[in-house]
Amino acid sequence: MTTATVDEAARRALGAACDRVSEPTADDHVDGVRPGLVAFPASTPEVAEVMRAAAAHGLAVVARGRGTKLSWGRAPTRVDLVVDLAAMDRILDHAAGDLIAEAQAGTPLSRLRSTLAGAGQRLAVDETVPGTTVGGALATGASGPTRLAHGTLRDLLIGVTVVRADGVVARAGGRVVKNVAGYDLGKLMIGSFGTLAVVTEAVFRLHPVPAERRFVTVPVADPVDAGRLTQEVVHSQVVPGALEVDLPATGPGTLTVLLGGIPEGVRGRTRATLDLLGDTATAAEEPPVGWAEYPWPTPSPTTAAGDDRATALKLGFALSGLVDVLRTARSAPAPVHVRGSSGTGVVYAAVPAGTDPAAVAETVGHLRGVCVRHGGSAVVLDAPAAVKAVVDSWGPVPALALMRRVKDQFDPDHRLAPGRFVGGI
Amino acid sequence: MSGTHGTPRTAGPSAGDVTPEATAATGESGERQPALDAVTRRAREVIPEAGVITDHARLRTYECDGLAHYKVTPGLVVIPETTEQLAAVVRACAEHALPFVARGSGTGLSGGALPRADGVLVVTSRMRTIREVRRDDQRAVVEPGVINLDVTRAAAPHGYYYAPDPSSQQVCSIGGNLAENSGGAHCLKYGFTTNHVLGAELVTPDGDVVELGGLAPDSPGYDLLGTVVGSEGTLGVATAVTVRLVRSPEEVRTLLAGFASTDHAGAATSAIIAAGIVPAAIEMMDALAIEAAEEAVHCNYPAGAGAVLVIELDGAAVEVEHEFAEVERLCREHDAFEIRVATDPAERALIWKGRKSAFAAVGRISPDYIVQDGVIPRTALPEVLRAIAELSESSGVRVANVFHAGDGNLHPLVLFDDAVEGAGKAAESVSGAILDLCIGHGGSITGEHGVGIDKTSYMPRMFSDEDLDTMQLVRCAFDPQGIANPGKVFPTPRLCGEVPGRHRGAHPLQEAGLAEVF
Repeated sequence: MTTATVDEAARRALGAACDRVSEPTADDHVDGVRPGLVAFPASTPEVAEVMRAAAAHGLAVVARGRGTKLSWGRAPTRVDLVVDLAAMDRILDHAAGDLIAEAQAGTPLSRLRSTLAGAGQRLAVDETVPGTTVGGALATGASGPTRLAHGTLRDLLIGVTVVRADGVVARAGGRVVKNVAGYDLGKLMIGSFGTLAVVTEAVFRLHPVPAERRFVTVPVADPVDAGRLTQEVVHSQVVPGALEVDLPATGPGTLTVLLGGIPEGVRGRTRATLDLLGDTATAAEEPPVGWAEYPWPTPSPTTAAGDDRATALKLGFALSGLVDVLRTARSAPAPVHVRGSSGTGVVYAAVPAGTDPAAVAETVGHLRGVCVRHGGSAVVLDAPAAVKAVVDSWGPVPALALMRRVKDQFDPDHRLAPGRFVGGI
Repeated sequence: MSGTHGTPRTAGPSAGDVTPEATAATGESGERQPALDAVTRRAREVIPEAGVITDHARLRTYECDGLAHYKVTPGLVVIPETTEQLAAVVRACAEHALPFVARGSGTGLSGGALPRADGVLVVTSRMRTIREVRRDDQRAVVEPGVINLDVTRAAAPHGYYYAPDPSSQQVCSIGGNLAENSGGAHCLKYGFTTNHVLGAELVTPDGDVVELGGLAPDSPGYDLLGTVVGSEGTLGVATAVTVRLVRSPEEVRTLLAGFASTDHAGAATSAIIAAGIVPAAIEMMDALAIEAAEEAVHCNYPAGAGAVLVIELDGAAVEVEHEFAEVERLCREHDAFEIRVATDPAERALIWKGRKSAFAAVGRISPDYIVQDGVIPRTALPEVLRAIAELSESSGVRVANVFHAGDGNLHPLVLFDDAVEGAGKAAESVSGAILDLCIGHGGSITGEHGVGIDKTSYMPRMFSDEDLDTMQLVRCAFDPQGIANPGKVFPTPRLCGEVPGRHRGAHPLQEAGLAEVF
């Protein structure tokens, strides 16, 4: 574990910028890189002060929510300062009549959910890792089953406040769902792993909580079965809220269709879905085991005790590639458990902890090959250090040169989460 | 200055003039003649003869887009047939630091495709091949000149359609839709262009061809595609677009409800949303807009209505049936005095006819009008409509209201007669005050028409200098020379400094006060 040092002048500046600054503990490392200091700003202006101080002293900065996905991506090359946003956990506004809500970046998704539920509303994203915050979900572009019906955060974020690397506070978008004034900087921030700016506040469009939900699950014998039934469902008129495949490394798997809406509609569509999927399909009021969870254990156990992380992959592909992707997972050198949105062509895959890094690397290669052939990508979200050392986490990235130019504009000194993102950004 | 549309009667001797504030953004002819000549030579080398236009009379046919009040004769028009041709012209522009403006069908309502007198207009109308319809993947890959509705026509035999439906969908192009992030009546439920574009082949302002996104969602790296969509041609030109196709709904049901006032109609809208129903569309028209539509297309809307709502539900038949009954009940509960339900496609078309013809119909009751596109939080609707009515009363300027009530996107039509001394100015002042109302209520100056050249001066009212400066960082990354549709969207472009590469602080020229835009 490397440790960054922060000199006395920088410490004084940060102490003046932020009420709460502390020495790092063993839990504050970022994928094995120990920071020099941790700051806990409580407001956007305070984050701006911290970032200005960091800029003045050339500090490398990693922003953190609850840290549940902090080891995703590559380990940063250097971390002088962790900016912890957990103190920024307020829901600033919930305009129920307008179906929008505004929250600070450190707000846990679970709190947002319980608050909005009071008005029969929700932010239509899944909490795929328990404890996830608004900012962490945005930074990693996390998604779950709900993406089939409502898209991802990029379809739900309507306004954003960020603090730039130079400490300037900027806003884009607004508080209305329909708005085409200016560049959509929110989309640029989503999935940028904290390498462009620190998101401090976000405004989302909301959806009504469906009055009723049914989960129709059918066993699938193999990849071909999963592919055939997926095509049946997506081209049908059952209007699925989610369509998930769950295929362990061996043996049969399942396909689950979520139907949500008014009771009369859900009843009718449940009948239609049961007819579509055949005699072995069953309907339930509760989600199946593992629903909206990644196929690897979370949170990743990366404590000092040892590196027991599974290799966590995100696979994207054109819908028709599903069978090939599942087959490749089944025939890979290492065991692969696939789970995710077969209805959108975004699934997650896990290779167990303790697998030989060379076998993992070969498996990643196979999966990446098949995903790219089907118009998509394979990203290693997380993995043990020994695996990260031998795999290309991000794979081929078209338009990388343009992305570097964007990075150079926003963070010319490359101080924000350096090395964590594509192409070493 | 706001967008003015008029009947032919407005086309007076001054119609060809560009307003003084626009001139700086559109260049002067002859200003960059050597560069223009060099790019023309290059264009002739790579594009078939008919696709390079230099004749003045023909150049003038491209002098405006759907916002016909602004007119600029382009320095050169090119109509490439392939990505390679288009990229070669843009590369030549980059080499000579010559401005270029991309144009699809030219139906935009904010002057986003207004040409540069000292630059090149790149027209995509000959790139109109639907390359692929991939039913199994729920995608289509189309060229930028493809007409919006043609995507749906190509997908329909497979049981699919392309969801974003701007009212110009019979003529507007996908490339233009991408540039403007076009919406439409049904975006309440289905979202905007940005939610339906998965990939684009982009010619950058350097003339490079890059792939953004693709058939699959969530490409690794920054979401450059999400930034390009809606950037109004300032970050490059899309030469192929991968779009999502949506399953055609099993059932579509439409009703027309007449109310005594916009307050009643607004309350009904709120009740529907509060009931957890997400209709495909909720559109409102007030008495003056109804009067215009009646005169133009005889849509036979309920007599004496102070407001009508057009509400459409779609989806699974069983669901639509129940929700539709609920919507009818809520309309009656909020004093709808007449409800008509379309029972077949012809009746549905008739209901929509009044709404869709509203803009043009206003020409029947007023020689000239300004259309605004402001957005407010939906719950502010009654308050803002009352404020608009007060503005109208105190100024004597009539305002007809047609809007997407579900998402608070107003389209106030400010009526005037340019032949009357001072009428235009009075209308502009009311129009500006309406935008200020929207901003004051936490809304936006544009919901779907774009900023273009029309609303650049309002951007600083909605965004701070820091906000605009941060957006310019993106501009500088894509277009360091500032040649892609300069003068649009942003009131004052930023000097990009040494690019690409790392830099720090202000550019020396900027600091010395010697900065030039180009």
